[in-house]
Amino acid sequence: MTEMSKEKLLWVYERMRLIRAFEDQVADLFNQGTMPGFAHLYAGEEAIAVGVMAHLTDRDRITSTHRGHGHCIAKGVDVNGMMAELYAKATGSCKGRGGSMHIADIDKGMLGANGIVGAGGPLACGSALTSKVLGADHVTICFFGDGASEQGTIHESMNLAAIWKLPVVFVCENNLYAESTPSSYHCAVGEICARAAGYDMPGSAIDGTDVFAVYEASGEAIERARRGEGPSLIEARAFRYYGHFMGDPQVYKTENEIQSYKARDPITRFRERVMERHLISESDLRKIDDRVNEAIKGAVRFAEESPYPALNECLEDVYVSYPREEVER
Amino acid sequence: MTRRTLTFREAINEAIRLEMRRDPTVILMGEDVAGGATVPHLEATGEDAWGGPMGVTKGLVKEFGRKRVLDTPISESAFIGAAVGAAATGLRPIADMMFVDFFGVCMDQIYNQGAKMRYMFGGKAQVPMVILSMIGAGLRAAAQHSGCHYSVFAHMPGLKTVVPSTPYDAKGLLISAIRDPDPVIFFEHKFLFGLNGEVPEEDYTVPLGVADIKRPGKDVTVVTMGRMVHIALEAAEKLSKDGVDLEVIDLRTLSPLDSKTVLESVKKTHRLVVVDEDNPRCSVACDIIALVSTRAFDDLDAPPRMVTAPHTPVPFSPPLEDYYIPSVEKVVSTVKSLVG
Repeated sequence: MTEMSKEKLLWVYERMRLIRAFEDQVADLFNQGTMPGFAHLYAGEEAIAVGVMAHLTDRDRITSTHRGHGHCIAKGVDVNGMMAELYAKATGSCKGRGGSMHIADIDKGMLGANGIVGAGGPLACGSALTSKVLGADHVTICFFGDGASEQGTIHESMNLAAIWKLPVVFVCENNLYAESTPSSYHCAVGEICARAAGYDMPGSAIDGTDVFAVYEASGEAIERARRGEGPSLIEARAFRYYGHFMGDPQVYKTENEIQSYKARDPITRFRERVMERHLISESDLRKIDDRVNEAIKGAVRFAEESPYPALNECLEDVYVSYPREEVER
Repeated sequence: MTRRTLTFREAINEAIRLEMRRDPTVILMGEDVAGGATVPHLEATGEDAWGGPMGVTKGLVKEFGRKRVLDTPISESAFIGAAVGAAATGLRPIADMMFVDFFGVCMDQIYNQGAKMRYMFGGKAQVPMVILSMIGAGLRAAAQHSGCHYSVFAHMPGLKTVVPSTPYDAKGLLISAIRDPDPVIFFEHKFLFGLNGEVPEEDYTVPLGVADIKRPGKDVTVVTMGRMVHIALEAAEKLSKDGVDLEVIDLRTLSPLDSKTVLESVKKTHRLVVVDEDNPRCSVACDIIALVSTRAFDDLDAPPRMVTAPHTPVPFSPPLEDYYIPSVEKVVSTVKSLVG
């Protein structure tokens, strides 16, 4: 097990718990009909976002996916703003203009969840190119799913990152299904990470429910990128607890399969591991649980009490500068 | 002091060169923008192989090196998207899409990512990038290398679109586009690359969103852009012999659009013809006619008319392609039908 300081372990637990609590809360709110739009929840995949982000600073950047809440929280995006965004309120991360699939915080290095599967690859290359041209040692992580691994953009991006030796780490979150279609069907190779060979970069498959495994593998890839040695591909396998979107009854999964996920729950596994090795006390964990629960309650309260955007907000921020009458025409 | 002339091609090259000298965050990337990457005898001298397929970016790699002038694989989605990602994180990339007809392979990165990012993110992103793209029929390049298609981009919120007609405007508009905080698509008409015109040596800007009256007149307003400006000016010369005085407005940028100059001209002439090389349906031509019909209907003494390409792809066979492109004769006869 790669060494993590106690402070880091506490951070890892707090972020994973915060993601889980956020997603469970959003699921409840969706089921009650409180939230408009779509939501694709990250519960079950927490160890991937948190294990990777444990290596990053605000100056490192990530591109995300339609299932982006976990990446946002792990990257340090404020949960009040996120919840308000899902409530479509003026105080949301994107002033209520983006919604679940477009939460972003450039200052935190979060270049956006993305409604287009595979679209983050080219953006990640561009972000990494900025670091390279400006001579900074910042890395960019491109998160994408097993479904996106079939998009041309991801292949083009892996090739571009490889020939330009860009500081990018491609992290494929393989949750076994592209919407309802099994990866065993949609992917011609058994292991997505095998595709790394086609782009002359290191590729590895890891257990994405084990935050220590993610931390270790991503740490190596990130250091390689920071040294200017180019990109890597990590395939992290985990399970998606909720459907593809809220409202998907997951008829393509058996009850047995869903039950089997529990034995590999990333948060339970983390708790067991750290307690067994006496790295963190149960009371420390409980304190974090309480803090997380308060934070989520606070986020819901903040979102509910916030106003909707004023109607003229529809017309703002299309451009930095543009004649107003042409926007209204 | 002798006035310096440059070709349209040289004017674009000079605009990029001056901005790359002024601002180290400006980079250039695209297929063969230098050409010959890693070829030993070229690397040894720092020369490029092509400098773009039409030589527009010739010599830039020699001055700025391959760190800032980047040949890309034939992966439009990757490098146009990389330009978006780079723009959002601190660079000012210029990405060369080569022929506009290629937009189909990378449109998501342009309109879902680059164009919408600022809006979707609640105003917290800026995407200061330029996409260069060649347009236009007449080179016998057939349907997949000859379209204009700027109407498609002018239609999209979040993008700015520039269609210059002269070397002077090309340089000034491109410098504005590179300095602009929003994504700009800069359309270069292939037929204009060899056109000579006066271009000052220093850097200067032509603002986006300001049309230019290329020929003042009193009888009929002709609104146009790009190569069609020259067709309209030729038509104006012919018609002047018949005592018809055309006012030729070069829009220069389609988005933002200088509505004011168009409306003021129609108020004076009471007649409107739009000359546009793009396909007619849902086009800039339609947009201008809608603008004038809704805002200045009472100023019109005749129905507005448009001279455009037909609603077809660009044909290969020279007689067909010549028929496709709006001609001086078509402009003349259309104007005559309004003033007859």
